Amino acid sequence: MSGASTTAHSVVEPSGTSKRIAGFLVILYAVVSMIPLAWIFATGWKTPPDSISYPPKVVFEPSLEGYCNLFTTRTRQTAAYIEELGPPQGECDEVTRRREMVIAGSSNYVPRFINSLVIAFGSTFLAVSLGVFSAYAFSRFKIPLADDLLFFILSTRMMPPIAVAIPIYLMYRELGLSDSALGMILLYTAVNVSLAVWLLKGFIDEIPREYEEAAMIDGYTRLHAFFKVVLPQAATGIAATAIFCMIFAWNEYAFAVLLTSGQAQTAPPFIPTIIGEGGMDWPAVGAGTTLFLIPIVVFTVLLRKHLLRGITFGAVRK
Amino acid sequence: MAEVRLESVTKRFGDVVAVDGIDLTVADGEFVVLLGPTGAGKTTTLRLIAGLESPNVGRVFLNGRDAARLSPAERDVAFVFQQYSLYPHLSVFENLAFPLRSPARRLDEATIKATVERVAAMLRIEQKLQNRATRLSGGEMQRVAIGRALVRSPSIYLMDEPLSSLDAKLRSDMRLELQHIQRDLGATMLYVTHDQIEAMTMATRIGVLDRGRLVQIGTPREIYESPRNIYVATRLGMPSINLLPTEALAGLPLPPGVTTVGARTEHVVVERESGGQSGQVAARVEWIEHLGDQNHLHLALGEHRLVTLVNPDMRLAVGDELGLSLRSPLYFDAAGERIAA
Repeated sequence: MSGASTTAHSVVEPSGTSKRIAGFLVILYAVVSMIPLAWIFATGWKTPPDSISYPPKVVFEPSLEGYCNLFTTRTRQTAAYIEELGPPQGECDEVTRRREMVIAGSSNYVPRFINSLVIAFGSTFLAVSLGVFSAYAFSRFKIPLADDLLFFILSTRMMPPIAVAIPIYLMYRELGLSDSALGMILLYTAVNVSLAVWLLKGFIDEIPREYEEAAMIDGYTRLHAFFKVVLPQAATGIAATAIFCMIFAWNEYAFAVLLTSGQAQTAPPFIPTIIGEGGMDWPAVGAGTTLFLIPIVVFTVLLRKHLLRGITFGAVRK
Repeated sequence: MAEVRLESVTKRFGDVVAVDGIDLTVADGEFVVLLGPTGAGKTTTLRLIAGLESPNVGRVFLNGRDAARLSPAERDVAFVFQQYSLYPHLSVFENLAFPLRSPARRLDEATIKATVERVAAMLRIEQKLQNRATRLSGGEMQRVAIGRALVRSPSIYLMDEPLSSLDAKLRSDMRLELQHIQRDLGATMLYVTHDQIEAMTMATRIGVLDRGRLVQIGTPREIYESPRNIYVATRLGMPSINLLPTEALAGLPLPPGVTTVGARTEHVVVERESGGQSGQVAARVEWIEHLGDQNHLHLALGEHRLVTLVNPDMRLAVGDELGLSLRSPLYFDAAGERIAA
């Protein structure tokens, strides 16, 4: 190739300087948004005194106390009583006894965490399934008043959901749905389904009808064609929608506080209630929050490859 | 294989009449080409037969059976879409196997494999079977799309401009291949195109569509030599037929009632010695396009233009005065209908 020694980049490609500036800005943004997370993560490994020391400690000796306190309930005992117990059983026993306490049992963190998993996955699954079917119907069939219906569906998101908290609270009490996983799943589904319908309709609109028509001529029913042809190609949209629904349901706090207190309580209202000796047990809160982030991060990372658009496009000539 | 019959079928989309009272029979083993410009109703006709649209008026018969109540899956037709419509999430093999895996058929895996490999070999894409459908060239995608129809033995193959996106070379190759395949399988085909070469070379019969109406149907020779009207006449012929008003041809013997004369290249005779002779009109060379084996000759007859082909040996130059005569051209009346000479 002639001229290979001159600059290789094309006119549409950004120059080196602008790439570096863009890179710097992205890194700066990432760092700023990571600081609170990093602080929470660090707090989980501090001792309670370190966690509230002033000036704040950036360098500290890591301790398991936060994680131990997160998973256990403890009672204060006399030094003499603790003496009688014999050697401590494991790390957690040791850090607890150092505070003149003994482990009395396991905390509610694990059941609350499981509640969160059940409710978030359940409502995400429901919202996305309902969403994909309705989006398909809106996209493919002539529905009378389709635009009005779509507007109505979206209008449920035009005010903060919590604005209807009181009616929902009263309804749920009457229906016996208060403090039940089913109630929370239905509630989060109702909030998410409008988002799901709108997002997915956009994705399904982009899938050419010829695919289903071809499948239907090839001997498939519409339902079969939907599962065999439309769903695989809507995977990108389904993944994106699922992530948004999941994040909402996983992090929702206000309804969870209002409608759950015992059996069905999710992790978000539970974590701040972890109270230690003389106030908030910040290391335990930090530990609980850190662990709480793991499922959503895993979920997002797993679905991330589906978010890369473009893999499904190109086989239909436009 | 079977016969397909449309009986005064009309399809409207809102105010637009896409198909207007079409009567058409495609006999068993026949290769019928529907020819017409964009919006003439070609695709809609195919979709009506496939059951993707239902007619407002009229009936569709497949094998003598009224198809009104049959779903697309039950009609036993194969459709090649203009957009290839390959499933991007499937490999080439899975794309070809897709019709065979349908709940309507449920073939065993060995049969599916054998069928797909036979068709892939026929279309010379056997080495691409494991590729993703999106990782193919345009020509290969087109072969897969055609292959997806060929894995079955439907009552009729419906093809909607399957070659329109290919380059000229590939298109002529595929044209030949399709003809061979059709002949070998004895397949019934209804093929839609706006390309006159495809229509002329492949069709047993050509149906010419104009704004939803089937204007004329006949063998390529009939359509070319005896078009019913000006519209049909302009569909075929390269360069396209010259339409000249009678006043431009003053001095030539014309049948009564003729207002327009249609002169194809083979009807036009040009001679060096200019005008004066009876049965000739004067023409002046305006432009010459050299095509190699032939020359495109642009002539001016007074204020009218005419394009014809001449032998390059004639050694003409722009501005030359020629004598032009017509050998049994086509005559049309004021309504555009043809008058037999």
